[in-house]
Amino acid sequence: MTAPLQDASLADAHVRLDAWSVWFASTHALDAVSLVVPRGGVTALIGPSGCGKSTVLRSINRLDDGQAGLRVTGRILLDNVDIHDASIDPASLRRRIGMVFQRSNPFRRSILENVVYGPRLHGLATGDALAAVAERALRRAALWEEVKDRLGEPATSLSGGQQQRLCIARALANEPDVLLLDEPTSALDPGATQRIEELLYDLRTDVTIVIVTHNLQQAARVSDHTAFLLDGRLVEVDATRRLFTSPRDPRTEAYITGRFG
Amino acid sequence: MPRTARGGEQTTLQARRRRSAIMTSLVWCASAICLLPLVLITAHLLVGGARVLGPRFFTALPTPPGVSGGGIANGIAGTLLLLLVAAAIGLPIGLGAGLFLAERTRTRLAETVRFLADVLSGLPSIVIGIFVWELIVRPSGQFSALAGGVALGVLMIPLITRATEAMVQLVPNALREAALALGYSRARTSLTIVLRTALPGIVTASLLAVARVAGETAPLLFTAFGTPYWSLRLDAPIAALPLQIFNYATSPYDDWRAQAWGGALVLIVLVFALSWLARRVTESRRERLNATVAGGAAE
Repeated sequence: MTAPLQDASLADAHVRLDAWSVWFASTHALDAVSLVVPRGGVTALIGPSGCGKSTVLRSINRLDDGQAGLRVTGRILLDNVDIHDASIDPASLRRRIGMVFQRSNPFRRSILENVVYGPRLHGLATGDALAAVAERALRRAALWEEVKDRLGEPATSLSGGQQQRLCIARALANEPDVLLLDEPTSALDPGATQRIEELLYDLRTDVTIVIVTHNLQQAARVSDHTAFLLDGRLVEVDATRRLFTSPRDPRTEAYITGRFG
Repeated sequence: MPRTARGGEQTTLQARRRRSAIMTSLVWCASAICLLPLVLITAHLLVGGARVLGPRFFTALPTPPGVSGGGIANGIAGTLLLLLVAAAIGLPIGLGAGLFLAERTRTRLAETVRFLADVLSGLPSIVIGIFVWELIVRPSGQFSALAGGVALGVLMIPLITRATEAMVQLVPNALREAALALGYSRARTSLTIVLRTALPGIVTASLLAVARVAGETAPLLFTAFGTPYWSLRLDAPIAALPLQIFNYATSPYDDWRAQAWGGALVLIVLVFALSWLARRVTESRRERLNATVAGGAAE
């Protein structure tokens, strides 16, 4: 299989997967995926359930490390440094690469406590500066106005959409370069989904965003680049507009026109 | 036999109603019989124990047979001290082992530890008493509160281990991943996020474990040994409620046997109180969990 063409030149690569393969025990989850995520902007990963898009995402911050039966080959480069290099500490890697999950998963503490978990751990700020960090993160996640008077309340008292934005704020508080989102709106109603999509649009200028989504319209709305995966292989990656209007691979066309998946 | 359809239907219906009534009353009887022993025991304890209960019973030391006004103050204090020592041993070991089992579910070591914990919880408690006697009493040359506490602590270990494992496994994986994705190490995630979330359940299980060993007599027979005197020393024999009940109940003296009922009543109230407390903690935990689920499911 020839490597799919991609617009972004390698010099622009913020994250680069190089023939990346993953096995869980005997399951071959990803097969030699080579993908360039350009700096800034939004890259969407689409494909039917089980195609490996979440595995790609979780590989980028090594979240599956230490799982029984995990085997990998290939490389993943962040700013041209191999993230599996012995000099890379997974904890500091994950500080630079934030992640938001499908279901909002706030810790059962106050709103403020949730946001400062990361900065406190990594010593990014202490004391009063922590509050400032929290405010900045909540503002960036477009949640500040709604919660500024109730920072001490339990995070679980927020609505589902607010909880998900809180999780985004919690990830942003670490000042990451890359933000990974795994179907962040699949459990939310259209209104809450729209707020998060607008938020991603604002964030794209200073954070590189990779989003996994089941929702093709969402990929078309929010992303600059889209990669289509099928059965653990990368089928096609291109500028979003081009991939959706004139896909090169017949399988991509079949998927985006709704013939399977 | 041919019957009219209508009559046949009615007969079947009546037969079903009758059978249903019989089964219902049988189930009622079973429930009543199930409750009966507890009701009888409690009533008997109240009647038998109330005669000796009074302020002096809680503050006085045991008296020789025939001398009135004896109490179980040393037994109450001794039991509390023994439970304290037991918890100091059983809690940290049980917590650590439970956390290990939950986080390393499928390793061979975990399987072994889990199996051995089950074996340990199935051991007759008197065997643990003999073990502690060999381990502590014989080398040190004396019965002691420490030996009694260790015996009860060993009994607590498997209870707390398996309960902690179960509670930790209830913690949603999403919370673990949230912490890992923020840059928490695996160990730190376990000790902060996971343990904190599982804490109410673990507290409940620990209280129940304490309540469970509070009434143990066999492992104390040749470890704590018992004493009619006041003692809170770790290196000397110590009184305990179950031991006192055992000694009094098997004695030939009427006033001692009456005091055995009183002691049993106090012990049961203590166990009740611990179980009630455990229930309260569980309820508040359930409310909090419900709040979380409701919050997460909204929208």
